[in-house]
Parts: sequence; C-alpha cells; structure tokens
Amino acid sequence: MMKDNNVIQVENLSKLFGDFAAVNQISFQVKAGEIFGFLGANGAGKTTAMKMLIGISSPTSGKATVAGFDVYKETESIKKNIGYMSQKFALYDDLTVKENITFFGGIYGLSKKQIDQKRCELVEELGLQEVTNSLVASLPLGWKQKLAFSVSLLHEPKIVFLDEPTGGVDPITRRQFWEMIYKAAHNGTTIFVTTHYMDEAEYCDRVSIMVNGKIEALDTPKKLKEHYKTDTMNDVFLKLARG
Amino acid sequence: MKRFIGFVRKEFYHIFRDKRSLFILFGMPIAQILLFGFAITNEINNVDIAILDQANDVASKEIINKIAASKHFSIVDIIQQESSIESIFKKGKVKAVLQFENNFGNNLIKEKQANVQVLTDATDPNMASTISNYISSILKKYQQELNENISIDYQIIPQSRMVYNAELKSVYMFVPGVMTVILMLVSAMMTSISITREKEQGTMEILLVSPLKPFQVIIGKVFPYIFLSVINAVVIVLLSIFVFNVPVNGSLFLLGIESVLFIITSLALGILISTISATQQTAMMISLMGLMLPTILLSGFIFPISSMPLPLQVISNIIPAKWFIIIVKGIMLKGIGIGFVLKETLILLLMTLLFIGVSVKKYKIRLE
Repeated sequence: MMKDNNVIQVENLSKLFGDFAAVNQISFQVKAGEIFGFLGANGAGKTTAMKMLIGISSPTSGKATVAGFDVYKETESIKKNIGYMSQKFALYDDLTVKENITFFGGIYGLSKKQIDQKRCELVEELGLQEVTNSLVASLPLGWKQKLAFSVSLLHEPKIVFLDEPTGGVDPITRRQFWEMIYKAAHNGTTIFVTTHYMDEAEYCDRVSIMVNGKIEALDTPKKLKEHYKTDTMNDVFLKLARG
Repeated sequence: MKRFIGFVRKEFYHIFRDKRSLFILFGMPIAQILLFGFAITNEINNVDIAILDQANDVASKEIINKIAASKHFSIVDIIQQESSIESIFKKGKVKAVLQFENNFGNNLIKEKQANVQVLTDATDPNMASTISNYISSILKKYQQELNENISIDYQIIPQSRMVYNAELKSVYMFVPGVMTVILMLVSAMMTSISITREKEQGTMEILLVSPLKPFQVIIGKVFPYIFLSVINAVVIVLLSIFVFNVPVNGSLFLLGIESVLFIITSLALGILISTISATQQTAMMISLMGLMLPTILLSGFIFPISSMPLPLQVISNIIPAKWFIIIVKGIMLKGIGIGFVLKETLILLLMTLLFIGVSVKKYKIRLE
C-alpha cells in the first residue's frame, strides 16, 4: 500500500459567503488508506469544507485535489472516484433493498453483472437475505445506515466521505458500524469522516478539529491528548472549542 | 442511456408506490372531467317557477302553455294574489314568478302593448339572469307568432345563431379548461413535489455527488411526468369525445403537439418551484396558490377574461394556461390550424424558455 501517497491535498482552501468566511484558509493532507476524522462543532464549517471536496460547491480561493483531481476543474472525475454517505443515510424508502442497490449501482455506471455480484456479496455480508425484497422504509435505522454505507462503496471508490454517519443510532450499532469502516479502510479505501461523537474520534488514525472555519489542531488522537494534557478527545475538543 | 433508463424506472417505482400521487395522476383527471361535464353546468333545466295570472285570458293561457311545454321550466304553483309572491320566494323552491297584468290579452290586441312581469330570485345572480333570458325568449317567440298574421312594416327580427357550440353546451367550455388544469397540476405540482422530496430525504445530495450531471437528474425526474401527462391528455380527449360528444374539429396531431408544449411549460414551472422551495409542503403550497388558483380563476376557464377589470386582464397575460385554453378551444371547437394559433404557441414557447433559463440560473446559485 502506498502509505505516503496523499489522496486529498488541501492548501489554504477558503469559502466566503459575502464577508463571512465559512472556511478560512484550511490546509491538510489525507493519506491513502487512512481513516481521517474531520471534527468540529455545528457551524464550524466542516460540512462546507466537505462540500468543496466532493465537488458540489466551488471554493472561493485556495488549492485542493481529491484523488489527484482538481476541485475547480475536475469535479466530474472526482465524483467518479469518491463515495458519499450523508447523515440522513439517504436511500429511497419506497424502493426495496434490491432496487436501491440496482439504482445506485446503475448511476455509477456499473454493469448489470457487476451489480448482481456486488448485491449478493453485500446482502450476505450484512445478513439482509430475508429483506432483499422489502422496502427500505421497513428496516431498522441501524440496518439502513449499514446499507447506505455499503451502497456508497458499491463502485469501489478510492475515498469515501461520511458526513456524521452515526447520528441517532445506538452505541452497539455505532460500534458495529465502525467495524465496517475499519474493514473498508483495511481494503484500501480512504475514509474521510465527520463526527461530533468524540469517542469516535479515538477510532481515527488522525483527526483535525475545526473551530470557526479554521483547523485548530491536526494529529493522531494520541498526540493530541498528550499535547493538550488530557485523557480523552472530548477534553481536547472542549479546550479548543472554548478557545 | 442505461443510467437514464435506470433512473426513470426508479421514478416510476416512486409514482406507482405512492397512492396519493397515483390518485392525483389518474383519479383526479377523470373525476374532474366528469364533475365539470355532468354536474357543473351553466344550462338550466326544470327550474321551478310560479305563475300569477291576473288576466286569465286566451293570450296568457297560451304563453303559460308554452312555458309549461319547455324543458327548462316546470310550473309548480299558480298563485292568486300579489301578496303571496314574497312568501313563495322565501320558501326558496321557486326561482321565478311570472305575473300577467289584468286584461293582458285585451291590452295586447287593443293597445298593441301588454305587460308581463318576470320576477326572479337573484340570490343566485347568474341563474336569475339566465332564467330571465330564457323566459324573454319564449315571450319573444310568442310575439313573433302573433305578428306572422298581421303585417307590420319595418320590423327587425334578429336571427342569432351560436356558432361552434350551437346548443350552448357548457361541457364544450369545460373540456379545454379541465385539460389545462389537469396538465398543469400533474406536470407542475407533481414534479415540484417529487424533486423537493429528494431534497428533503437527502437523496438529492447523493445524486449530485454521483457522476450524474444535474441536468441528467432533472430530466430523469421529469421524463415520467411528460409520459404520464400525455396519457392524461389522451384520456381527457377520449372522454370528451365519447362521453360528452365534444367534437375535435381540428387536427388531433396539432392538438397533441400543443399539449406536449404546454406540458413542458408546466414542467419547467414545476422545476422552477422546486428550486425555490426546500420542502414538499412548500412546493405544494406554491403550486396550489401560485399556479392552480390563477389557472382556474384568471385563465378564462371559468370567468371570461373580457369581463374582468383591466388590471386582471393584464395579469391574465402572464398565465400560461390562458394561451393554452385559447389554443385548445381553437383546435377542438373551431377546427383552426397552426396559422391561427401561432402567436399563442410562440408565447408559450417563450415562457417555457424563460422558466427553464431562470431555473438553471437558480440551480447554479444554489450549488455555489
């Protein structure tokens, strides 16, 4: 694995809304195969930053490449190489599990054969055999979340962006979900995850903490805790957020 | 192309699994056309009237017989004195009273002039004036029959003939209107709701992050509605031809082309609405208040534009439905060709381009 290869490279990236800098000159790199935690309080600018990286919002200034493609000019190529899962675990409630998989596989240009194969793997892995033909609406939240994550990985993206992927699910499901994340990372997928559960920050290889549009800290959880002389990431976060 | 088919298939799943949208799509058009065709009508039939005959002579009897023979009226009461007129109106059943003066027949022959009073219950003004017109025409006819035997010099007898709708059937009026309303409803409201639903669910974001381009997403979403709207238009035309015997005098092909144009206009409006509303609820409210009401009230569907106050007449010009109704009436009832509706067609086309342009601009701003 090319550990030193940066799949996300961000330099002085900013996004202004009028005079307000939602994202203020942030710089960081994410290495291939890494689990990168992107932390920040609500309104700190992490969603805006993420939107620029996934190609649905164009930056005001600065430089950034994702999977080697420029966020200004090559958003189409970026989109082909990334997966995305939002905090709403957005799947179609009125479609069955099978139909959702077919649809999302289809829009990423997978062939019918590839889709069928992926679907079988995925259904078996998640233990969804009983419910493949049930509407997603009837699934418990935890299952939807896992399914949404697997769907975002269908086209084997280089990087997957997870926007608060564990909102509203119970601790056990969250734990299981992180096991899936580890597995994906182990298979070489880079994980870029935003969260505000600080215990989850401990699971990341490196975390960045955003406060008021700026990245105030970026390191491994262990080093951050040492540096701020605390026992938990929660305390690190509170120290930073309170200034 | 394969992606597009997959997308459209998904869209059909949404539509066919949602009972509410299925009802709006297919129940509504049929219900509306039947309602307007059968129940809501401007014609009067079997209206109850009373007679106060103070003359009681040959002439008055002849007129009463004529009225009794007409299918428009049924005489339910013969009253004896003027004082009972008010009480009979108050009961509400009788809509008109016909009062002959004393010596009606004598006056008619000797004085060459006699008076009949037609009293109508004007709590429903449209009805009252229609009744009064119908009775006057019966009286006029009687007068003409009398005059046939006596020659009067210099008499003008107007011969009016209603062209295109000789029997003044109101269903002729309603078919173009209902068709317009339905196409507007299905195309604009349903698409704006279905697009905002994706926003609400968060799936729109997923689609935008996918390699699909925004315009592919939008076209994929509206395509099923073009298809379903065309089916609706066909159903409405078939219903009006076979159930209500409304003629299609012009070219069915032209009617089809114009309908597709109007469907696209409405879809563009639907897309525009979806760009300015964040939730399905908002989209529905804007569609209902901002589109349906003006379409019904200001398009000339129910109220004639020429009798509106000037400001409303001006406003009616910006309502796409107004132009489409003119086109449909022209083609169906008058049987005119494209040459006569060129102006209206161009206006619709321009409106469509404008709506699409504004939507694209709004969409881009939102993405920024």
